[in-house]
Amino acid sequence: MSEAVLVSTTVNGDVVEFACPTDEVLLDSLRDRVGLTGVKEGCGTGDCGACSITLDGQLVCSCLVLGVEADGRDITTVEGLTEDGELHPLQQKFIDHAALQCGVCTPGFLVAAKALLDRNPNPTETEIRYALAGNLCRCTGYDKIVRAVQASAKELNKARR
Amino acid sequence: MPHDNSYTGQEFKVVGNRFARPDGVDKVTGRARYGADASAPGQLVARVLRSPHAHAKITKIDTAKAERLSGVKAVITSDDLPDLTGGDRGMADILENCMARGRALYDGHAVAAVAAVDEQTARKALKLIKVTYEVLPHVTDVDEAMKPEAPVIHDWVFTGGVNPQPTKPCNVANRTEMGHGDVDAGFAQADVVIERSYKTEQTHQGYIEPHACLASVNSDGSAEMWVTTQGPFSYRTVCASLLGMDLAKLKVTSSEIGGGFGGKTHVWAEPLALALSRKANRPVKLVMTRDEVFRATGPTASTSIDVKVGAKKNGEITAAELELRYQGGAFPGIWGMLGCMTGFACYDIANQRSVGWDVIVNRPKVAAYRAPSAPMAAYAVESIMDVVAEEIGMDPVDFRLKNVAKEGAQAPYGPIYGPIGIESALNAVKENPHMKVKLKKNQGRGVACGFWFNIGGQTCVDLNIGTDGSVNLAVGTVDVGGARSSMGMIAAEELGIDYEDVKVHVADTASLGHNDTTEGSRGTFSSGMATIFAARDAIEVLKERAAQMLDVPKESIQWENGTASATGAENSNLPTLTLKEIAAKSHNTGGPIAGHNEVTADGAGMGFAAHICDVEVDPETGLTKILKYTVVQDAGKAIHPDYVEGQFQGAAAQGIGWALNEEYVYGEDGRLQNPGFLDYRIPVCSDLPFIDTMILEIPNPNHPYGIRGVGETSIVPPLGAVGNAIANATGVRMNHAPMSPIRVLEALDRAGVSGDQVSAG
Ligand code: FES
Ligand code: FES
Repeated sequence: MSEAVLVSTTVNGDVVEFACPTDEVLLDSLRDRVGLTGVKEGCGTGDCGACSITLDGQLVCSCLVLGVEADGRDITTVEGLTEDGELHPLQQKFIDHAALQCGVCTPGFLVAAKALLDRNPNPTETEIRYALAGNLCRCTGYDKIVRAVQASAKELNKARR
Repeated sequence: MPHDNSYTGQEFKVVGNRFARPDGVDKVTGRARYGADASAPGQLVARVLRSPHAHAKITKIDTAKAERLSGVKAVITSDDLPDLTGGDRGMADILENCMARGRALYDGHAVAAVAAVDEQTARKALKLIKVTYEVLPHVTDVDEAMKPEAPVIHDWVFTGGVNPQPTKPCNVANRTEMGHGDVDAGFAQADVVIERSYKTEQTHQGYIEPHACLASVNSDGSAEMWVTTQGPFSYRTVCASLLGMDLAKLKVTSSEIGGGFGGKTHVWAEPLALALSRKANRPVKLVMTRDEVFRATGPTASTSIDVKVGAKKNGEITAAELELRYQGGAFPGIWGMLGCMTGFACYDIANQRSVGWDVIVNRPKVAAYRAPSAPMAAYAVESIMDVVAEEIGMDPVDFRLKNVAKEGAQAPYGPIYGPIGIESALNAVKENPHMKVKLKKNQGRGVACGFWFNIGGQTCVDLNIGTDGSVNLAVGTVDVGGARSSMGMIAAEELGIDYEDVKVHVADTASLGHNDTTEGSRGTFSSGMATIFAARDAIEVLKERAAQMLDVPKESIQWENGTASATGAENSNLPTLTLKEIAAKSHNTGGPIAGHNEVTADGAGMGFAAHICDVEVDPETGLTKILKYTVVQDAGKAIHPDYVEGQFQGAAAQGIGWALNEEYVYGEDGRLQNPGFLDYRIPVCSDLPFIDTMILEIPNPNHPYGIRGVGETSIVPPLGAVGNAIANATGVRMNHAPMSPIRVLEALDRAGVSGDQVSAG
């Protein structure tokens, strides 16, 4: 095994610690050491977005971050989107609008869409399409995904009012 | 009990609604477990060493150093996979494709594999394996491979389908010919005869989830495999026979599957994981990288096609001819035949001939990709249809309608069509408001048609009614895009209960009888049929139990809306019994209540579609933007309309990617230049508009609900639709897909000198 470093990080609100080889990407640490297999690997090269997470609120591809870089940071994965057992509106709308077929891209889309709506509560269709352009979906043609994000934005804004 | 599969036109209560899928919550919360998401105690990590050469003799593989590395538990080469195929050429090809046997046949061909305690060690071990190659001449282009001077890849390939069979080996594995009528006489009657040639490049299914499995072979010879697959039963059959195991001793469980589109109908590295596990006596997890998926799984064929159509001035096609050359990778395929069967299928052409060639090159073994072979043939046919329409001065949709195949027409491959939907689809296109949207400068519109057979096949399901009246349905076709909802809806419909009371799961190979692979758009058609029959069997049991409970003869029990009641005036004072009430008493009336069905689902209904595509072409860059897109397709009966639309949209998007961007690029050295999503660019969200859909429902007479498969057909028209739209926008006809910016620019540059133009839109 390569040299390992003790990493202490917050994942979905919980403090976790793990020994991390210095050449291991965060995607593998999350999947294999923290046990969060909702984070998916579609490419390992930053091209598909299936591994999307937020790191201190910033949307990143976890396959392009080293596990050791997570030390002292705050991570949210798809597993952290539900609150008190309630689905996040995005999660519910993805189901309601059939925005997933195989669903392997879904965790990445949900994390990326949440990051979008957090910073832009009223995105246009074009803004949604560009914000999600780093997430590949091979099943849906994106139609129902965009509609689900639009519906979620509406619902979240209603709740805010 | 035999069941009748005829369409009955029954009224639906559940079917046709849009329910939430049973696996939805798992999939939006990250809990759903895909191929790479399972682990076992003590598991090892597998990595595969692959050939960097397009074609090379392997003179030596020295694994000694790798084996000595601490943490390495097994190293295998083809020596660990003895040939047990007993002369079965197809199986031998699969075996050789899984791991090279003395010769690497393409860039990425597996040469050796290791299992080690972790990823880092496994990677290190690969570097310690020393392979001595003797590089051989290679060929990767289909037309080049057919030339007499091309390097011959296999000395055992003698072209089939030609008389007399050649005595010299060559790269052409097979020739297929089909058609009917008198083509020469037909061309003689034509007022115009047009010939064109087209090329399409190789594309990949591009499922986002790479191949992954967890294999565990015990010292007693029993084994389990968790794997992402479209065909757990065929994976079991193939793996067991390659490794010399009993079918019953290998339990294959299909994980959630992150897309397949045909690419997960074949085994690639799964037998290696089993062989490593057997050798190491530990569970082994093997997950492909994206680079491996591109280089060493099964993309679709690249092609080169000649097409010739003769028509009268009134628009009647008098004769048509297709010559299709499919590159099938390093082993023989059936792609030419499928091209011949589908090319002219949308039209009723009295005199037609299609000839298909299957060609072997130094590329990965081609696999099915959504309506395999059809999109390429359709690109040629749908493009030339517009060229001919232009030549005789007819509207391209009217020209298609004039020649459209209807019930009673003969398919290119022989049979006479029953009720089919292509005429309705074209009429719906004509009427569609999309056709009236005004186009601006550099914009154009194209229409194209597509056909896919759809299949049925061996299927079985188990339907078990719990003591509380809730229902478990076990199916053997996998769920890639919402199929569990459809099956649950069908079971609820038949039993007369709520959708929420049915829970559907995909069974492993130890829990259900053989099911053919989920391919050919057969899932909803076949498992839907088996579910209907199983539910009807369960109802017979329920009626018999109700008769006992009410103390009346079974014949007097009728089943309606999930409730049994006794008919006849003398029974009018007897209570009705719900499914739940009957289930609750099952322990007293004969035990568990269930329905089973095993069927070879025959009579799959053919799928037809017509698409409308609007594009804008940037004359400066050659970039084509899709402005608006509409899919019209016959579903027979849409069980869950959301997921039918989803199939239409997803298939159209894949076709658009093929039409505009996607292609395998091979270098002079025979190596794949773009094995990653950065350089092999599939459509992203900002590339596409909303994809409008229109579901037609022309019932399939051979299914109780009228279901036709819907998964594949809509990948067929986009190449033609996009090409026609580009021609309409620019006046320049593209004859090479993908119609990427660079090819469009070149064509625009050439346009001044070339005469192959149609009028601008
Ligand atoms: S796995 Fe990280 S972007 Fe694809
Ligand atoms: S739903 Fe399959 S990749 Fe998006």
